[in-house]
Amino acid sequence: MKPDLHTLGPLIALIALVILGALLNPAFLAPANITNVLARSAFIGMIAVGMTFVITAGGLDLSVGSMAAFLAGIAIIAMNAALPGLGENWGTIIIGMGVAILGGIAAGYLNGALITKARIEPFIVTLGTMGIFRSLVTWLADGGTLSLDYGLRTLYRPVYYGGIGWITWPIIVFALTAMAGEWMMRHSRFGRHVEAIGSNDRVARYSAIDVNRARLLTYMLLGLLVGLATVLYVPRLGSASGGTGVLWELEAIAAVIIGGTALKGGRGRVWGTVVGVLILSLIDNILNLADLVSPYLNGAIQGIIIVLAVVLQREKRTADER
Amino acid sequence: MKRRSLMKSAAIVAVLGLAGGAAVAQQDGEKTIIGVSIPSATHGFMGGLNWHAQDTIDRLGKVYPNLEFVLSTAGDAAKQVSDIEDMMATRNIDALIVLPFESEPLTAPVAAVKKAGKFVTVVDRGLSQEGIEDLYVAGDNTAFGRVAGEYFKENLQPGAKIVVLRGIPTTLDNERVEAFQTALEGSDIEILDMQHGNWNRDDAFTVMQDYLSKYPQIDAVWAADDDMAIGVMEAIAAADRTDEMWVIGGAGMKEIVKRIMEGDPQLPVDVTYPPALISSAIEMTALNFVSGAPMVGRFIIGSQLITPENAEQFYFPDSPF
Repeated sequence: MKPDLHTLGPLIALIALVILGALLNPAFLAPANITNVLARSAFIGMIAVGMTFVITAGGLDLSVGSMAAFLAGIAIIAMNAALPGLGENWGTIIIGMGVAILGGIAAGYLNGALITKARIEPFIVTLGTMGIFRSLVTWLADGGTLSLDYGLRTLYRPVYYGGIGWITWPIIVFALTAMAGEWMMRHSRFGRHVEAIGSNDRVARYSAIDVNRARLLTYMLLGLLVGLATVLYVPRLGSASGGTGVLWELEAIAAVIIGGTALKGGRGRVWGTVVGVLILSLIDNILNLADLVSPYLNGAIQGIIIVLAVVLQREKRTADER
Repeated sequence: MKRRSLMKSAAIVAVLGLAGGAAVAQQDGEKTIIGVSIPSATHGFMGGLNWHAQDTIDRLGKVYPNLEFVLSTAGDAAKQVSDIEDMMATRNIDALIVLPFESEPLTAPVAAVKKAGKFVTVVDRGLSQEGIEDLYVAGDNTAFGRVAGEYFKENLQPGAKIVVLRGIPTTLDNERVEAFQTALEGSDIEILDMQHGNWNRDDAFTVMQDYLSKYPQIDAVWAADDDMAIGVMEAIAAADRTDEMWVIGGAGMKEIVKRIMEGDPQLPVDVTYPPALISSAIEMTALNFVSGAPMVGRFIIGSQLITPENAEQFYFPDSPF
């Protein structure tokens, strides 16, 4: 089998970044730093895996960052409300987790139904729900911050900070999500349908694929993963506000594209997405660890590396198609 | 571009036409309308500011039945300009209280309001041209940095190492950081690093984690904002280095003030930059219309040090911030 050049491009960029980081600061390869970077990537990572399915089916979801903030908000409110009745125990926390995950699926269903049933462009639908979710969380928080009860937080905290040795729970969940996503995209009927719809939805329809159902499912899957990311995000700072999850949607979309999934749909690469997410978090981490440039220029360096990673992949692709 | 400026001048003409009518209406003893335009609640401090604005308006509306308030919040400078134009064109305001999203883009529209003969109060962020506003109410960014810097200088041993988290890159942030550095001059305290945490908990958490990986010795952190202080303390706790360093935030968030009241060793003090300054601005503008006293000039609210002894007077449990 020929090595897959599309995935090699971003992988080379990732390896180059790791080498650069290690050369610039020995602290880069310390287990504590690796844990930090991987755990940080987990939120965007899980969302980006879901986004890979949505984009591969020819869709787009701009609402995920706001959705995460909203889900974190309602999960915190639910846990604080359940506290007097249930007390400070895992039951209360499981209610919060359930609210986040079910809320995520419901929010994904809302997006998907508006797109497939009401036949509105995904860009417009999710731009609308992005504003709605963001306003709702600001409103729920009265413009301030929703904070989880202190005792519950102490109990819930290990979900972000604990784990098996230095491999914390967010890393484990992210890895499992990525593996499940890769399997679904490559080996399940759903994955093949998603790719078929993204390459040509008319042909897919003629091949007796239920196009609308599969599309709806991609948005619900994404909503579920946003909920899962929220479950891991809440114990980190124990709070949600209008400033939570800002621009997560763009980071997730960027990770998907860097990873080699086509924005026009039809070709999904879950492993590529994982590499893309890691590239994005590593750039941030390296810029913080090394005093290479003025912090004012951090955004510019990120922009250059994102574009370079995609250019690299593009050149390989044309060579491949020739 | 052209169409835009045409629309703008049309709005100004409309406003000028209405201005004559306003003066007459006022003589008839009708309501005085005060427009309030502030940025929307995108982060903790602005959330607090929005809450105080709403609270003050509700209260003053009851005390002075002949005053009417129009509140609008904007997510960016362009929206704020439209809001102000709308207030002039459709609500015929007599006074404008504005916290400019950015100084430059708001200067000309606010100058137009002033030119139409309205009373103008500018809050916190000055306009880029002097002499437009009747009343200027602001916090003191230089003092904010200086008070924090002096605390570091007095409470750290020579040779101590500190890290700084900066806000969103703005003039306001620059003023604070420069004043902080000036206050530290002549001491033997080394600033290891200054990165932007954008007044955001998550960003501050990430930056602090990286500081902790990078520097084996950190004696204190100037988080410069209470939201950032929360993210910073979480990162320190996760790295198990809570006993090594203390953290100074800023603004006066209720959770932080409460911890200072309780004598938390990790949070010895806080520096105020009260979101309630919008209340002072609204009250003073209202007074200008209901009392004979002219309320013009500059009103600067100093930055104070919140210590465990005086923390109680800075604690507002009902405010969301």
